[in-house]
Order: sequence, then C-alpha cells, then structure tokens
Amino acid sequence: MALLEVKDLVVDFATRAGKARVLDHVSLSVEPGEILGIVGESGCGKSMTALSILGLVPSPPGNVSGGAVYLDDENLIEASEARMRQIRGKDISMIFQEPMTSLNPVFSVGEQIAEGLRLHESISSARARTKAIEMIRAVGIPEPELRSKNYPHQMSGGMRQRIMIAMALACGPRVLIADEPTTALDVTVQAQIFDLLKALQQQNNTAIILITHDMGVIAQLCDHVAVMYAGRVIETSTTETILSAPRHPYTQGLIACVPHLEENPGDERKPLMEIEGVVPPLTELGAGCAFAPRCARHMPVCDDQKPVMTDYGPSHSVACLALADGDAP
Amino acid sequence: MTKASPNPLVAESPLKEAWGVFRRSGLALFGLGLLITIIIVSLIGPLIYTVDPIEIIWAPLTAPGMEAVVPLGTDYLGRDMLAGLINGGKATLAVGISAALITVIIGISIGAMAGYYGGQALGGRFPYHPFPKLRVTEFFQVLPPLLFAMVLVTLFSPTLPIVAVAIGVVSWPATARLARAEFIRIRNLEYVNAARSISATDNWIIWRVILPNALPPLIVSSTLSIGIAILFEAGLSFLGLSDPNIVSWGLMIGSGRQYILDAWWVVTLPGVMIFLTVLSVSLVGDGLNDAFNPKLRDR
Repeated sequence: MALLEVKDLVVDFATRAGKARVLDHVSLSVEPGEILGIVGESGCGKSMTALSILGLVPSPPGNVSGGAVYLDDENLIEASEARMRQIRGKDISMIFQEPMTSLNPVFSVGEQIAEGLRLHESISSARARTKAIEMIRAVGIPEPELRSKNYPHQMSGGMRQRIMIAMALACGPRVLIADEPTTALDVTVQAQIFDLLKALQQQNNTAIILITHDMGVIAQLCDHVAVMYAGRVIETSTTETILSAPRHPYTQGLIACVPHLEENPGDERKPLMEIEGVVPPLTELGAGCAFAPRCARHMPVCDDQKPVMTDYGPSHSVACLALADGDAP
Repeated sequence: MTKASPNPLVAESPLKEAWGVFRRSGLALFGLGLLITIIIVSLIGPLIYTVDPIEIIWAPLTAPGMEAVVPLGTDYLGRDMLAGLINGGKATLAVGISAALITVIIGISIGAMAGYYGGQALGGRFPYHPFPKLRVTEFFQVLPPLLFAMVLVTLFSPTLPIVAVAIGVVSWPATARLARAEFIRIRNLEYVNAARSISATDNWIIWRVILPNALPPLIVSSTLSIGIAILFEAGLSFLGLSDPNIVSWGLMIGSGRQYILDAWWVVTLPGVMIFLTVLSVSLVGDGLNDAFNPKLRDR
C-alpha cells in the first residue's frame, strides 16, 4: 500500500467558456522516502493535482467531481475540513513556487515557522521559537538565532525558499509537495535547494512530490516520473525508463526538446526539437486523445477514442493508442 | 560570534521602521506633541484649576483679561470660560475617541468579512455569510450621516455614550470599504495560500495573517476618524443634541452662538480648541501615512 495514492481524481472548473476538466482521472502514488516527479507544460494540471491533494481547490469555480486521494487508508476527498486542517502541514505540506511572495511580510520568519508549529502541536511559544531556530539551522542558514528575527524582505530569494522549506518540514510531514520550488531562483541557488531537499528527504524518509517542467531536475532528483498532458497522466515510470526509453510520443517530444551538448559534434548543429502546436483549451477537448492534434503518430482512431493507461513492463504505464496498436515505439 | 557582520542582520519590525520615519517629520511630531498636551491638560487640568465649569461665578459675558478671577472671561450665564475649556476637552476627546473606536471596530469587522468571504473566492464553503457584497454598507452610506445621527440621538437620549455610538454607527462605512478593499487585495496573495496549506483556519487567516498586512492604511484612517468624530460631536452639540449637563467644547459653542456678535470669545475660544485638536490629530494621521507609505510622501 502506497503512502499517498491518488486514484482517478477528476476536477472540473466552471469557466465562462463552459466546464473545463482540469484533472481527468489522474492516478499517482508515492511510497515513503520516494521522490515522484510530475512533469508537463503550463496548465496541464500539475499544480491543481497538488492543491487537490491538500483539499485546497478553490470552490467555486472548482469542484472535485470524482476519484479519491488516500493517505494510508483514509480518503482525503471525503475528509471534513477540520480533519484536513489536521493533515495540512502535519502529514502533508507544501512548498510554493514564489518564495518572494509566500512569506507574510509583517512577521519575522522565526515567528512564522513557530506559528506553523503551534497550529499543530500544543507547545509553548518559547519552545516553538527554539524549534523554529533549529529548523532554520537545519535548512542551512548561518546564524539562525539572528536570522529568525529577520523579516522576509531582509532575505534573498534562495534564503526565503529555505525558510519555506523549514516551515513545510517543521512538523515532520510524511509527504512534501514541492510546486516548482526553484523556478523563481538562480540556477546556482536552484542546485543548493535541491541538494537541501534531497538531504532532508533522506534524513526523514519523507516522500516528495516534485512538480516541475524541467526535465533536468527530474533526471537529477526523482525516482519516479508522471508525465501530464491536458489534465491527464499519460505516462508513468521510473526516471531511468522515462529518460532512456520513453514511449508516449509526447514524452519523447519533451525529452527531445532538452538540448544536449554531446549530440552536436563539429558544426553540424541540428535545430532544437520542438513539439508543434499548443495545448488545446481544456473547454474544447473532444472525445479523442488531447494530444492527437499535435501528435506525429496520429491515427484516425485517436480523434474518437481516449487512450487508457496500459502497462508496458514493470512500473511503466502509457496512455497511447498508437502503442496499443501493437506498433513498436 | 566571530566578527561583527558588515550587513545589518538586526531585524527591524515594520512598526519600528514606521516610527523611525514618523520621528523625522517635524509637523507630525508637532501634532503628536500638541495632541498629548491637549490630552494631559484635559485629564489633569481640572485637578489643578478647580473652578466648577457649571457654577455661575461672575458677571455674564465678561471679556477675557478684564478680571483676574476669570482670566478668559465668562459666558452668557457668567460661568468661567477657562474652566469650561479645561473640562470640556475630556468630554470632547472621550466622545471623539470612543466614536472612532466604534467606527473602526464595526468598519474593520464588516469590511474584513465582506472582503474575505465576499465574491467568488470562498463562496462555496460558506453558503451563508452576512455581508456578501457590502450591501449593508451601501445602505448606510446613502443615509445622510448628520441627519441619521441626529435621528439616533433624538430617538434615544442625548447622553455622551449615545452620541458616541451614533457617530460610530453613521461613520463606519468608509472604514469598512477601505478594509474590504485591502482584504480583497491580500486574500489572494500567496502567503495567505501558504498559511492555508499549513492548516490555518479562516479566523486565523483573517485576524493573524491578513489584518496585520492591512493595518497601515487602516491605522491612518482610524486616526483621521478621531478628528472627524470630534467635529461631528461639535456639530451635534451645536445643534443642541448633546448632554446639556456635561460641558464639552461643542456644547459651549452651541449655547453661546446667540452672543457671537457681542462676545466673540464665547464661541471662538472653544472653537480654537476644537481646531487645535482636530489639527493635531490630522497632523499625526498625515505623519502616520508618510511613515507607512514612504513612497507616497510629498504627494
């Protein structure tokens, strides 16, 4: 039994243009101590998956129309708001994309970490403060006693993201959702933050769901990968398999888009691969595969039938009709 | 500690920072000093200058400086003007400050609820909320405030608490609108979401996360609303809608208005006191505005 399992999750949003199915039967699972990467283009439902797990889908306009999220054996979709509050931050916590705006500007960072602790544990404010300082030390910020009294504006982006990580990990969650934690940061800082995440994860055996659009990050960090497209998971496997032998045409395209230094010996440079077209609006998805209009291996049947996830070897599932056809990839 | 680090890691809280800016403004400091002086005189003055402001002690309408016993003259009944000015401050300030407090409490509560729960953001989880789009506020805003306050005071009784409540009840909508706007701006910021993701409740988010961030403009408007409330109280007293048994500056102006042509001091002196008080409050409010929004200075 997986630690956290998302099963056939469906989320709809009411928009002016009609109902948009932002998550369409999404299934994922993470084991303790595992890092699962969710990768895909903007708007493919990565962040929405994260918010649904925490029960934070804005409603209305959003609505969880089906499926389940199991933490251990408890279905979080059916859990009460009070129960969700116990879970958020304590069992599952989240790091947001923008460290510049995710901290409250009028409280010192130490107070903010302590506040998170006091929401979950009945400890004295003095004890919470000490623990906050310990957390700041744990995320590798020098002079934690002094730094804990700093306000967010006195810190750099990387430093703030460390504070966010300290906040998220303060209560020792079993699952950490990191929603593009380094997108707003410099590349060098990015590497530091990932090293930190990895180290803390190994220390505490935390499961991490890492949302990103960067294949490089996936390669560096993740054990498993789920590739999403237009609200559906279209391929899942181990990182190795996804990188070396992707089977879904979209995944193949994504990987081909990443520039390689070695592949261009001499001056014969190929132009960088790109996937033609754009993600269709979620309100205009037809009966067929959402990727069909952009797919190089498009078949007539793709327009009428939605592909389902099919196993191709151990822990490798792909949703593509062209593969189901018996075609070699 | 190895060396004194070159970058000042010493934290400055936003309030301390604001005080730093405030301190550098001469006008604001002057206003603060004036306000403190007025408050101290109103509180301690009656203990030092013990003449009863209601007792008739000299000939009516004695001009200031004519008699040593009544240095600032007497009013139309022969009551000591100086005693009136010293004692009247307490009532005026008490009404002004408590009316402003009522304004702020009603205004921020309603504005916060409307801003936080209103509109689409969280509607689904709260099928019923009392102030969906400030319709209540609009209802209060279309009533002419002075008239409405007069009705309230006449309906109940012209005592100071009623006057304070009436002023508060008619002047909260402006504060509510300001609070609502701030809450709407802040409720969708990422740190509010972040707070929610570590399981903060709605109450916690409203009072502990959003309100502290919404405070600067609210503090400024609250300060200014003290001045407005003082003027309001003076206006009501002038119209005779205040407690006739308690001396206030407004009451002094109101009861002396018939004699304004023969005895300028009867109306002018309490008028000057009101002017100084409102001026000092406004200067402090302006200073606070600069302190919280340094970018808007010299606007």
